[in-house]
Amino acid sequence: MKKDNKLSAEHLRYIKNIKRETCIVWILRISILLFLLGLWELLARTGVIDPFITSYPTKIIVTIKNLFVENNLVYHMTITLYETILGFLIAVGLGYAIALALWWSERARRILEPYIVVLNSLPKIALGPIIIVWCGSGSKAIIFMAVLIGIIVAIITMLNGFLATDKNKIFLLRSMGASKFQILLKLVIPGSLPTFISMLKISVGMAWIGSIMGEYLVSRAGLGYLIVYGGQVFKLDLVMAATVVLCILATLMYALVAMLEKLIIKYKN
Amino acid sequence: MKKLLELKNISMKYQTLTDEITAIDNLSLECGEGEFLSIIGPSGCGKTTVLSIIAGLIQPTSGEVLIEGKPMGKNSEELGYMLQKDQLFPWRTIEKNIFLPLEIKKINDLAHKNYALSLLKKYGLYEFRKNYPDQLSGGMRQRAALIRTLASSPKLLLLDEPFSALDYQTRLSVCDDVYGIIKAESKTAVLVTHDISEAISMSDIIVVLSDRPSKVKSVHKPIISGNSPLRKRESPDFSIWFEKIWKELNG
Repeated sequence: MKKDNKLSAEHLRYIKNIKRETCIVWILRISILLFLLGLWELLARTGVIDPFITSYPTKIIVTIKNLFVENNLVYHMTITLYETILGFLIAVGLGYAIALALWWSERARRILEPYIVVLNSLPKIALGPIIIVWCGSGSKAIIFMAVLIGIIVAIITMLNGFLATDKNKIFLLRSMGASKFQILLKLVIPGSLPTFISMLKISVGMAWIGSIMGEYLVSRAGLGYLIVYGGQVFKLDLVMAATVVLCILATLMYALVAMLEKLIIKYKN
Repeated sequence: MKKLLELKNISMKYQTLTDEITAIDNLSLECGEGEFLSIIGPSGCGKTTVLSIIAGLIQPTSGEVLIEGKPMGKNSEELGYMLQKDQLFPWRTIEKNIFLPLEIKKINDLAHKNYALSLLKKYGLYEFRKNYPDQLSGGMRQRAALIRTLASSPKLLLLDEPFSALDYQTRLSVCDDVYGIIKAESKTAVLVTHDISEAISMSDIIVVLSDRPSKVKSVHKPIISGNSPLRKRESPDFSIWFEKIWKELNG
């Protein structure tokens, strides 16, 4: 397509239409955001809604700025990021390894299945008090919580990916005399790459849930701490500001994983 | 002619919790070097099981498989298996796909790789070696799958309905193509199929199996003029053989 400079008029029109459509979508997206923010600001300033409870956009921006200058927002962000990323990496790494082990041994899979089912349905937050007693009330407990919330989903997603390997392809490799390890290396792992990427995406979300939940329970620092603290002292500006920062960080981390996905696809082709 | 493959009194029973199923009952057959043998039978009669037993992937309940008169080891270097779909790995290039058996058998040295590449060259896929399977047509993919099977220089090819996933037009030409390559490389092949015309047009020997438990119903050696499956399909003898085997399968 790129090589051919002589595009027909219809084709040009087609491309133009698609570009226009994308443009419209973006304009409307941003309009909705601006409209909601504007409405919020207006209602709060005219006193239709109580700004003490709802805060409002410009106030939030000022609060974020003040937090940066006075209250070490960067420090809180770093703490939360550290807990989230570490929790994410441990959950993904350990989850992948356990899923591999479960793929390898059908017997282990059968034995452990009910345990995984129970752990999956258990609301991990219920283990909060136990975690505090075991790990204390620092970052360790929060990372533990993030891992606990993320790992089960990571295991289940990855194991399903491994088990979905085409039986005929396994048969083909066996007919070549492949060992189980070779089947794993040449087929199961490369074949489950798309599952791995979707597992990463799910795990990013899980890690954030885990770290913020953890910070709600125990902590003296972090964005989750700021949110809880703000709620307790009724500083809704602080709650909103921390939530906005959290939104931005979580989106960035997801975007990073999405970029990794593009990179892998590009590398493959 | 030297016997390349012999099956002696093969029986196979499957166990389930509620039942014991005899899939194959006392099956014997033999195939000489360079011959093309087809196993044909009603669907579900255990044709694929026979191939798996020959490949050593399933142990028969009794009986033995001999290759060149010797009992075969579990993972024989001697054979290449071709399945219904091409089963090319989509994340590997054509070249990397045909190197796969070399990697598995740990013989991926330069000499073996060059041999595999020479096959690609000979059969017109060399310029596509850096392409991915989904960039090739169904017929080309099937040819690539055959070259992958040939890459490790097996003595015996096992073909499990290798054309059944293709549409009719492609199927006829791929059938011709594969037959030509197998004969050009003078390989011995065992084909499993439920397609009577495919069996007649390709084979030196046709083994007709009965419904389960499979036994050998009859063995034919059709002699039909024509040097390719397509030519053979045009021969008047072809329809005579077709009718004969069709009656046997349905009788």
